[in-house]
Amino acid sequence: MTNSIDNKALYAYLLRLADSSLTMGQRLAEWCGHGPYLEEDVALTNVSLDMIGHANIFYQMAAELSDEAQTADELAFLRDAHQYRNPIITELPKGDFAFTMMKQYFMDTFNFFLYEGLSQSSHEPLALAAQKALMEVKYHLKRSETWLERLSLSTEEASKRIQKALDDLWFYTPELFETDATMNKLFQQGVIGDYGELKKKWDSHVQAHMNHCELNLPETGWVATGGLEGEHSEHLGYMLAEMQFLQRAYPNSQW
Amino acid sequence: MYSQGLTDAKGQEEPADLLAEFQAKIDREEKIEPRDWMPAAYRKTLIRQMSQHAHSEIVGQLPEGNWITRAPTLNRKMILLAKVQDEAGHGLYIYSATETLGVSRDQLTDELLTGKAKYSSIFNYPTPSWADMGAIGWLVDGAAIMNQVPLCRASYGPYARSMVRICKEESFHQRQGYEIMTVLARGSQAQKDMAQRALNRTWWPSLMMFGPSDKDSKHSEQSMKWKIKRFSNDDLRQKFIDATVPQAEHLGLTIPDPDLKWNEETGHYDHGEIDFNELFQVIKGNGPCNKERLQARINAHESGAWVREAAAVFQQLQSEKNKSEAA
Repeated sequence: MTNSIDNKALYAYLLRLADSSLTMGQRLAEWCGHGPYLEEDVALTNVSLDMIGHANIFYQMAAELSDEAQTADELAFLRDAHQYRNPIITELPKGDFAFTMMKQYFMDTFNFFLYEGLSQSSHEPLALAAQKALMEVKYHLKRSETWLERLSLSTEEASKRIQKALDDLWFYTPELFETDATMNKLFQQGVIGDYGELKKKWDSHVQAHMNHCELNLPETGWVATGGLEGEHSEHLGYMLAEMQFLQRAYPNSQW
Repeated sequence: MYSQGLTDAKGQEEPADLLAEFQAKIDREEKIEPRDWMPAAYRKTLIRQMSQHAHSEIVGQLPEGNWITRAPTLNRKMILLAKVQDEAGHGLYIYSATETLGVSRDQLTDELLTGKAKYSSIFNYPTPSWADMGAIGWLVDGAAIMNQVPLCRASYGPYARSMVRICKEESFHQRQGYEIMTVLARGSQAQKDMAQRALNRTWWPSLMMFGPSDKDSKHSEQSMKWKIKRFSNDDLRQKFIDATVPQAEHLGLTIPDPDLKWNEETGHYDHGEIDFNELFQVIKGNGPCNKERLQARINAHESGAWVREAAAVFQQLQSEKNKSEAA
């Protein structure tokens, strides 16, 4: 079964998954010690840890498929911004707590349906990894969903902030569902699910929750695109400069 | 006889019979529990010590949090995240344990942020290199374990019990720190130098973590009698040095103390004089990072105020809604 799968396409797709999780986890980690209260410090770093864990698994799978002898760490620490394949939303600066939670909610909802679909993948290692990630993402989604409710339906300041976060982030979400020729190939092979279906599920879940939270979707804005082809915002370069510093400054070292 | 110098919160002398019973219970190694009678001074001492401990865990997130986004591998990043998360968790347990003494976490947080309460001086030192993550785990957590293992037998039940779990986690932390140092010490010359510099920075401040020398320790005697403290500062410090010197030798690193040498007669390492003036300066607020650390906590607290308020208001609205639905 595995032999019939296009390894190059799978490799590229695994990087999309891994890069998305790593950049999300990296941003969340910036909250460490700076959360609004202690329980949140623990929760934010916990979600961050899960996401970096997912990234690690996907990088390892990608490294195994690679023709060159690559390691998960080399994929994370020695690729430049144009080689990263995450959607732009995951690299955006953490912003305030409302921005972080709105972004988290969008990604948690996306990951929930994504991993649910990938749990059925014809490529068994991917199915297993998705099943494991899904167990954690269920908690992430429950948490970010509840936070959105709390922030939207409580004080005026919180509802203003969460509405602003929605306005600022909404047009970064279509990019989550972009596909390319390699992904289409994987879809035909049953390795990944239908991203059109994924978008439908995401839309309906998000719409319902936005209604419940009495939040209004913005009408116009710049629609983000490019991550899949390695075209990123200005923010990713800084993130990588920080994240990759030791590997770049002390090449070929053991840590 | 136990009542000498012990007064309650209103300045009245504590009843001698209760005091005698209290001390006898401690002497029998029975735990004091939140609802038991206890002298006001015992309560006050515990609140001071436990809240300082909790604050240290919280402020202690910062020097290590400083390297999470720059950890050199995915594995190191995950380990460091988990470790710092543990520290926040320790802060939570100990705040909760302290609340059993009749103070609220809000009060304690306020005391930290206004500078009224102290936290461990060690966290006022900077972590400029990755090797500091190793040195902190190895030495700072190592020193903390020396201090905290005896606290698992502290006379106050909630404190002792929280410490049992904390010590288990600290022991992992210490090993991961030593492992970071081991990898660096076996690495390139640049990595060895990085490790040595971190050891140079951390050695003396970690010795200061045991507090002033016994002759100047103002809280020690009473705390020993109450079995909040089991060993003197100097004894614990010596135990730490004796355990750590061979570990440094194993790494091939040099402890920055020219007077450090094995003493056959005493069976301990002799060490150079500790500059306690530095410790007192740091405690007073004049350490390299005191202002930054406290400001980081103040900023987190202030910029999170609207989140806490929103959560409280939401909870209030929910419970009103539930009540009206039930009615």
